[in-house]
Amino acid sequence: MSLPHLFRFPGGIQPDAHKKESSEQPIRPVPLPARLAVPLVQSSQGSARTIVTVGDKVLKGQCIGEAEGNAGTAIHAPTSGRVTEIGRYPMAHPSGLDTLAIVIEPDGEERWIAREPLDMASASHEELILRVQASGIVGMGGAAFPSHIKANSKIDTLIINGAECEPWISCDDRLMRERSADIVTGARILRRLTGARRVLIGIEDNKPEAITAMKLVVQAAADDGGEISVITVPTRYPTGGQKQLIRVLTGFEIASNQRSSSFGVQCFNVGTAHAVCRALVHGEAMVSRVVTVTGNVEHPGNYEVLLGTAVADLIELCVAKPGTERTLMGGPLMGFTLPRLDAPITKSSNCIIAASNTLFPPAPPEQPCIRCGSCAQSCPTGLLPFELYWSSRAKNYDGAVHYNISECIECGCCAYVCPAHIPLVDYFRFAKSEIRARNQEKRAADQARARFEARSARLERDKAEKAARLTAKAAETRAALAANKDAATDANDAALIAAAVARTQAQSQAQPPASGQNGGATPPEPSI
Amino acid sequence: MAAQPRRNRVSDPDMSSPHIRKPVSVQREMFTVLLALVPGITAYVWQIGAGILVNLVLASLTALAAEALVLKLRARPVAITVTDGSALVTAWLVVLALPSIVPWWLTVLAVLVAIVGAKHLYGGIGQNPFNPAMAAYCAMIVAYPALMSQWPAIGNTDFTTQWHLILGGERAIDGLTGATALDAMRTGLRGHTDVTSILSSSAFGFVGGRGWEWIALGHLLGGLFLLATRTISWRQPLSFIIGLGLTASVFWLIAPERFPSPLFHLASGGAMLAAFFILTDPVTSSTTPRGKLIFAVGVGIIAWFVRTFGAYPEGIAFGVLLMNLCVPLIDRSTQPATFGQRKEKRP
Ligand code: SF4
Ligand code: SF4
Repeated sequence: MSLPHLFRFPGGIQPDAHKKESSEQPIRPVPLPARLAVPLVQSSQGSARTIVTVGDKVLKGQCIGEAEGNAGTAIHAPTSGRVTEIGRYPMAHPSGLDTLAIVIEPDGEERWIAREPLDMASASHEELILRVQASGIVGMGGAAFPSHIKANSKIDTLIINGAECEPWISCDDRLMRERSADIVTGARILRRLTGARRVLIGIEDNKPEAITAMKLVVQAAADDGGEISVITVPTRYPTGGQKQLIRVLTGFEIASNQRSSSFGVQCFNVGTAHAVCRALVHGEAMVSRVVTVTGNVEHPGNYEVLLGTAVADLIELCVAKPGTERTLMGGPLMGFTLPRLDAPITKSSNCIIAASNTLFPPAPPEQPCIRCGSCAQSCPTGLLPFELYWSSRAKNYDGAVHYNISECIECGCCAYVCPAHIPLVDYFRFAKSEIRARNQEKRAADQARARFEARSARLERDKAEKAARLTAKAAETRAALAANKDAATDANDAALIAAAVARTQAQSQAQPPASGQNGGATPPEPSI
Repeated sequence: MAAQPRRNRVSDPDMSSPHIRKPVSVQREMFTVLLALVPGITAYVWQIGAGILVNLVLASLTALAAEALVLKLRARPVAITVTDGSALVTAWLVVLALPSIVPWWLTVLAVLVAIVGAKHLYGGIGQNPFNPAMAAYCAMIVAYPALMSQWPAIGNTDFTTQWHLILGGERAIDGLTGATALDAMRTGLRGHTDVTSILSSSAFGFVGGRGWEWIALGHLLGGLFLLATRTISWRQPLSFIIGLGLTASVFWLIAPERFPSPLFHLASGGAMLAAFFILTDPVTSSTTPRGKLIFAVGVGIIAWFVRTFGAYPEGIAFGVLLMNLCVPLIDRSTQPATFGQRKEKRP
């Protein structure tokens, strides 16, 4: 077998992996927590609609929120128990804002609802897609994009992402070592749904055990027309980024405004493939996921965590060591500091890191940029971060746009390598939000102007129509007068005309010219 | 148990990603550069004499004092910038560019021009368009052409004599100063002597100026160390050597009796110092990968023309300043294509 030809993406970094801390123990269960708060929003594209009420008894895997609209995905009870509350709970998000969640108090029995596996041989494409949606499957790599949408496109190459490039995280590694068969089955189903000719499973070379396990399964069942290959890719952050992995495996470079499907490529995380298998072959909706808990804890490792489990419960289970200053969700390069620990685990939470100042030293003071260009050399998007920084700092947002700030994926490579310790990504996030706000303002102003212009035009038209009607009426009156000339006296005539003129004047005064007032600063109220 | 929500702010880097950083710093890079200058300086002391050490101390103290004072006047954080090592690098480069027997006040003046004029008047580190050391060199050669062309004579490494000259002693003594290789070559060629007979004079060694070629070798070693530690990019050194070497080769091949060889050019004057230490200055070089190539090739070509046809024997400094001027233009026209817009979609 010839080695597959791999491609390079620009930049990238190679930080210490720190995978071993958590990757050497099998995936362990978590004792049932006192309550589970399942947020209705679990996907990046839509939300779910509650179909239970407080007091309802639910079974594990029972749907408690229906998919809302085409892009929504369903949510399910992670265990059997009772709905105790439907209220606002903190989100696992840097803002710490609240979101609507269904709270379930477990009864401790873990009783599943009747599971209905699909008969893969007879099920139609539509049935399968519907089941993916109804099982609440979203991308588990972090983006949480609804999988039924991605799986419903016709492509040539299906990519299964097992790169897991961020340091410290090892949940995909463990999943591939322990549940490779399910992942490959899921990949096969996804291939059937997408009609892909080939399936490429990309894994970074720092996970030899996972590579072996996956290869074993793939080789054991080299059957159903179409190649599945496990491809070892060099360890280089951010290879696990969807577009970077697509580049490495296929050579396609997908710009920020393009979709991978238009290149005939679609990419799913290994966890997602695993979930697809569980849902379709075993009839189990997505109710849990593997989460890495690592960093400054006594018992780092990977845990099978029910959705809705509070981060605090996990930290308590793994026992945070003294010196833990804050808790990160996600990896150290793209993850965020959790503002509150009562936030629940969601379908896209892959890692919890207890951060101490020893493991994650606070940022050294920011120094002036020396234009060394290290940041540009490390940027996987090919940007010039220092130019973005100079523009952002000077609040020259046009400059930032010129240097393509919108293409920045906030991967953190630039800030990682900067010798002046400039928190570049913070500057970019701030500039981006300013630019967004500015564009929104502009759009709002444009809309207001368009509305105002439309109204002015309407008023003009109304006025013209009214004038035309009045003229017509006056002409009519005159004609009537002419017809009654014999019967009518001159005085009568004059009175009638005067009345008509007065009416016209009164009407035109009640309706001032639309464009007249104060240069249009305050749009005139429309007259009826 | 619910903690109060704490929002991430732009100014709170501990709260937002990335949470890890490579163990690099401006300070570390600058001190690596200083370390890399040691082989060249050692060769200097061995071949020319210890006088340069006096200048180095003097220049370092001047640079640090000037930097601290200006930062204080500009109400900038003093400690972190003074200790970043950049002023020391500038000071050492100024000293290495000047003849090592210039009077002490000229060294001080040159360092002040570099730190106060070329660096801080433009806004401090990161903002200065001109390489401070080269700007100071050019200012001095224009203001004091005579002093700037008196180089220590090879073979006269006596420290007392050099100390005496540095203190501003009588200079018109024969045998204390000598012509550099570039000088001798230029004067010889102007006098219509051919290259071979010029090279037989005592000013020349194996490939370049006698004694000076060892210093060039020292700087080459230091440069390779910087490359090995990834402190500098290979782009500027390589393309400078190509720019200077190729231009020299073309003319040398056409008329070897009128134009010295590329090897002579590369081993003489400040070529090696410039290739690895001057052109790689992050602040004043181009920042884009292709821009770095253009920048350094440009310096190499200009240096050859100034050396060959110009009014001064050494042209690198002028080449650097000229190309510094072009950097904004080079940067703008070499902005790399972003991911997805690059040409190499599928090789
Ligand atoms: S890495 Fe930092 S210091 Fe270097 S150019 Fe980029 S922002 Fe400036
Ligand atoms: S954070 Fe943005 S600018 Fe920085 S390396 Fe990543 S993509 Fe490039």
